Amino acid sequence: MYAQALNTVTEVSKDDPAKLAAFQARIDAEEKIEPNDWMPEGYRKTLVRQISQHAHSEIVGMLPEGNWITRAPSLKRKAALLAKVQDEGGHGLYLYSAAETLGVSREELVDALHSGRAKYSSIFNYPTPSWADMGMIGWLVDGAAIMNQIPLCRTSFGPYARAMIRICKEESFHQRQGYEIVMTLARGTPAQKKMAQDSLNRWWWPALMMFGPSDSASQHSDQNMKWKIKRFSNDALRQKFIDATVPQGHFLGLTFPDPDLKFNEATGHWEHGEIDWAEFNRVVKGEGPCNRERIKARIKAHDEGAWVREAALAHAEKRAARKAAARIAAE
Amino acid sequence: MTEKNMPLWEVFIRSRTGLSHRHAGSLHAPDAEMALQNARDVYTRRGEGLSIWVVPSSAITASDPTDKDVMFEPTASKIYRHPTFYEVPDEVGHM
Repeated sequence: MYAQALNTVTEVSKDDPAKLAAFQARIDAEEKIEPNDWMPEGYRKTLVRQISQHAHSEIVGMLPEGNWITRAPSLKRKAALLAKVQDEGGHGLYLYSAAETLGVSREELVDALHSGRAKYSSIFNYPTPSWADMGMIGWLVDGAAIMNQIPLCRTSFGPYARAMIRICKEESFHQRQGYEIVMTLARGTPAQKKMAQDSLNRWWWPALMMFGPSDSASQHSDQNMKWKIKRFSNDALRQKFIDATVPQGHFLGLTFPDPDLKFNEATGHWEHGEIDWAEFNRVVKGEGPCNRERIKARIKAHDEGAWVREAALAHAEKRAARKAAARIAAE
Repeated sequence: MTEKNMPLWEVFIRSRTGLSHRHAGSLHAPDAEMALQNARDVYTRRGEGLSIWVVPSSAITASDPTDKDVMFEPTASKIYRHPTFYEVPDEVGHM
């Protein structure tokens, strides 16, 4: 899954111009920047923000699907969903670790999420009232995430790029299991097909919003493109996603909730209607259907897990003390 | 006079930009800085690397190879973690 482009304007750099030029030359030569290398403060800040938002998205992204693990319709679906949610937890950990190479602590990052200072992908603030939503998340949400994440495998910061390569390898299962769920419903009883269609109607527009504001409104793209943190614009990625996804939906006999959606023979692209950016901004600012619930659930999980962390530390201390005692006894 | 044993260091090399460091081998050196210099001479005489890490061998905790079944076998039955477990018709294209 993917932390969308939510960042605010990159700060004006106060760095040494000679160092900046050398840095840009390395970027232009497609060298990767590693944690111990010199980097502009703005580059570091942008990456901490983007990688941690991405990590938060993975972790919060476990919640909408976690909602259905105990109610999956078969053991097969349950095992697959559990494995998928487990992968998302793992992806969050890869990404937090990549962010930590830039000199921030895990505790700071988690605190930023819990206090509401940090953002995460708007998509996870939508509810999952039906089983079809599990299919739709895999097919659309992970599908959109893959579109975003494939170019991030070549992002200029080494630890982020390497984390993305690992994540992309694991993500393909997510999308396929989602599509298989949707296909099973679409080929099922009329009620099942309706369940799939209702779910598609609810998820289509929020999935398109995952790519972030349209290029004309995106505040930070230029500098991020120059630094090769980002390699394609929000609109270019959104178009790629639409072109790949619309035929997949039509193949299942499903329709998309956009009366303006039409294929342009000349360009070879699907054209879509206007995205409701007012809704996007509302959800990003915390007024989506589930924002409060999601953060509450994360804080609760963190607080209720405190005893596990304490017990692990106590266990480690006990083992260290035993080892020390054994050494003294042997001397 | 008894000579003090020099500690052992594990050497990791990044061969190309963007790749992670990979284990290359080990060597003896009195401290980290000399280990780095030795690693340069021992392991990168033919341009094998862009960056070297040296780590005291004693700092590495490794899994026991005889535990490999206990550690890794359980994933063998979890075939649903792989994309090929799911059927997606060819007409739909690559996913």
